[in-house]
Amino acid sequence: MKTILYVDLDKCLACKTCELQCAIQHSQSKDLFKAIEEEPLPQARVKVEAYEDLSVPLQCRHCEDPPCVKICPTKALEKLAPGETVVLKENLCIGCKWCLLVCPFGVLNVNREGKVIIKCDLCLERLEKGEEPACVQACPTKALKLLSPEEVAKLKKAEFLVGFKKEGKIIKG
Amino acid sequence: MKKEDKSIDKASQEILEIAEKEGIDTAWERYEAMVPQCGFGELGLCCRNCLLGPCRIDPFEEGPQKGVCGATAEIIAARNLIRMIAGGASAHSDHGRDIAHTLLMTAQGKTKGYEVKDEQKLLSLADELGIKTNGKGKKEVAMEVAEKVFSEFGQQHGELQFSHRAPEKRQALWRKLGIMPRGIDREIVEVMHRTHMGVDNDCENLITHGMRTALSDGWGGSMIATELSDVLFGTPRPIRAKVNLGVLEADEVNLVVHGHEPTLSDVIVTASQDKELLELARKNGAKGINLAGICCTANEILMRHGIPIAGNFLQQELAIATGAVDLMLVDVQCIMPALSSVAKCFHTKIVSTSPKAKFPQAEHVEFKEEEALPIAKKIVRMAVENFQNRVKEKINIPKEKMDLVPGFTAESVFKFLGGRYRATYRPLNDAIISGRLRGAAGIVGCNNPKIKHDWGHVEMAKELIKNDVLVVVTGCSAIANAKAGLLKPEAAFQYAGKGLKEICEAVGVPPVLHVGSCVDNSRILITLCNVVNEGGLGDDISELPVAGAAPEWMSEKAVAIAFYVVASGVFTVLGNPFPILGSREVTELLTKRLKQVVGANFAFESDPIKAAHLMIDHINKKREALKLNRVMYEAKEKILV
Repeated sequence: MKTILYVDLDKCLACKTCELQCAIQHSQSKDLFKAIEEEPLPQARVKVEAYEDLSVPLQCRHCEDPPCVKICPTKALEKLAPGETVVLKENLCIGCKWCLLVCPFGVLNVNREGKVIIKCDLCLERLEKGEEPACVQACPTKALKLLSPEEVAKLKKAEFLVGFKKEGKIIKG
Repeated sequence: MKKEDKSIDKASQEILEIAEKEGIDTAWERYEAMVPQCGFGELGLCCRNCLLGPCRIDPFEEGPQKGVCGATAEIIAARNLIRMIAGGASAHSDHGRDIAHTLLMTAQGKTKGYEVKDEQKLLSLADELGIKTNGKGKKEVAMEVAEKVFSEFGQQHGELQFSHRAPEKRQALWRKLGIMPRGIDREIVEVMHRTHMGVDNDCENLITHGMRTALSDGWGGSMIATELSDVLFGTPRPIRAKVNLGVLEADEVNLVVHGHEPTLSDVIVTASQDKELLELARKNGAKGINLAGICCTANEILMRHGIPIAGNFLQQELAIATGAVDLMLVDVQCIMPALSSVAKCFHTKIVSTSPKAKFPQAEHVEFKEEEALPIAKKIVRMAVENFQNRVKEKINIPKEKMDLVPGFTAESVFKFLGGRYRATYRPLNDAIISGRLRGAAGIVGCNNPKIKHDWGHVEMAKELIKNDVLVVVTGCSAIANAKAGLLKPEAAFQYAGKGLKEICEAVGVPPVLHVGSCVDNSRILITLCNVVNEGGLGDDISELPVAGAAPEWMSEKAVAIAFYVVASGVFTVLGNPFPILGSREVTELLTKRLKQVVGANFAFESDPIKAAHLMIDHINKKREALKLNRVMYEAKEKILV
């Protein structure tokens, strides 16, 4: 199962296309020109954060042992299965924000009204249709990818070996 | 994308299938690879005008709502849009300047291959421009006309001469609003100044100047291009011709001209008939030299010489992919840099000619008016010599070609309605007043892979003529409608409503009239003035039962055209919205409030049938306001309601 949102840090140009497409995907119309007129306005589940010269899109990591799921008092947050998505059942959420406090990455947020949590659902609707998540599909530099753990491992090994051969040293991160 | 979703044109579909098999990417594949396109750009919310930025406004209101300087969505969208107008107006006007330059050099006897072909028009222009012609020779008058027109580009104050062709009421409105164009270059420079960091930060003030700049194109640069082209190359008259990729010949040298200015293409017509070159073609195994065109340089020589058209904007790559084009000559505007890479798969030579427009891997043969004919002959020779490099297995010329009758102008077409001996617009006005015609509409503009190729133009035209709206077309819209057979007089029987059919039958014209290239949209403006002057349909263009549309637009030129048409008082529907929807205020201004300002506004509608009905509804309202008769052959049930 592909559940790792992989970010190539060298490729992210901070264009925020992922944010825009995420909001459109989570709108009623799923159409940019209509979405900007909707009430309430749709919200993105991904945010491009910057630190010094680094920019990186951050969203839910869909942890295997998710603290947010553990702490949720109403079972509104649920890990569907090992290796799969952490989803939110909006109707069960009471807006207590415990999850926000325990998330190590700060990638959960409250919605515009401040009543319930919003979070990345890996675009389940799209995945079911065999499409990539909106942010991944839209990324103009392909900095964002949705990969399986095996694919990530392979990629990292290749990176390590190339670096090892070229410079005789281990590449950081 | 399936080929049927890319284009409605069978010839294009056929070549697209071959291109796909051969792994040749075209605009459609490149478009698909680009989707989703940048939403900030689509909404007009990205500003790159200074290095405080680049800045962008979050349309979903979570991120920044102001740029670093404090510019809001309103300011950014308006600034970006009028820069597009400046780009478009520059392209048309620089084209006009080039034609004026050619006229001047010709009058000075410095060119080879040109002469004043329409002396009548030269004299009437001279008269209009306040130039005394008594006792002066043709050359002297031409020189003075060219100089006077030249001065309009750099004019600092006063008013553009041709803007005085507009109805008095319109001129007064332009003066009142402060949008009467002063000088052609001046308005464009002012756009660049106003949109510089920290200058004009009022979206309405920005758009107002955008209109002034657009008017300096429509009633300035473009109109100059049209008028002086008529003087130099002759005013078009109806002529028979053919269109679509099927005009390419299997056993002749195919030279395709592509771009916009007639200065070179017109001489190429002469060069392609050169005996020596024809003999060389025969020696090389070709039966002759076949000239065809793409885009507006093609429309120019189609209108004046009946030279066939190979296709419109989205067919430029497809023409090369037929494998039968020996040379494609390009000048300026709407020429894809992708041409060279498609040409690499075939024997086709791409030859660039303008010092302003060079292309990767293209051969450059610089065009100079002084040596026009020898240069044209040189290029034709290159085509002839390349004929023998054709690869037989790669040649696929589609069968499709369609007859058409182009060559209508403000002077000729509507006067035909009055007959040879009674040249007047009266019959046209009467047809509208009596309700035999509901009104008229202009469909213009480009192709864009965002809208199925030709579908927007053709469906819209069919719906309009079915409802007794006479349609005039230019540019790539004209070519689209020609391919669909709507530019044949017989099309009236198949597609036109009863009233329009009666008129087409009586006069022998098609229900959709080809009035030229994209600078020739100025012919539409002149036609509208003539209709107002003829009387009975109000005192201003904005009172006429007419509408405009650009269903498949893509270029900055289209933005400039759309703005001068609306600022002249004509309601206009665009297939794709301007990139301004990120600003509510600018959207509201353009789609609603502008009506109170200039008597016309924009609408955005991508469905050509729905768009046609927006136009028809508008025309009906204008008829009502003028208290005109009911449309003669309106469906009965509608009358009962």
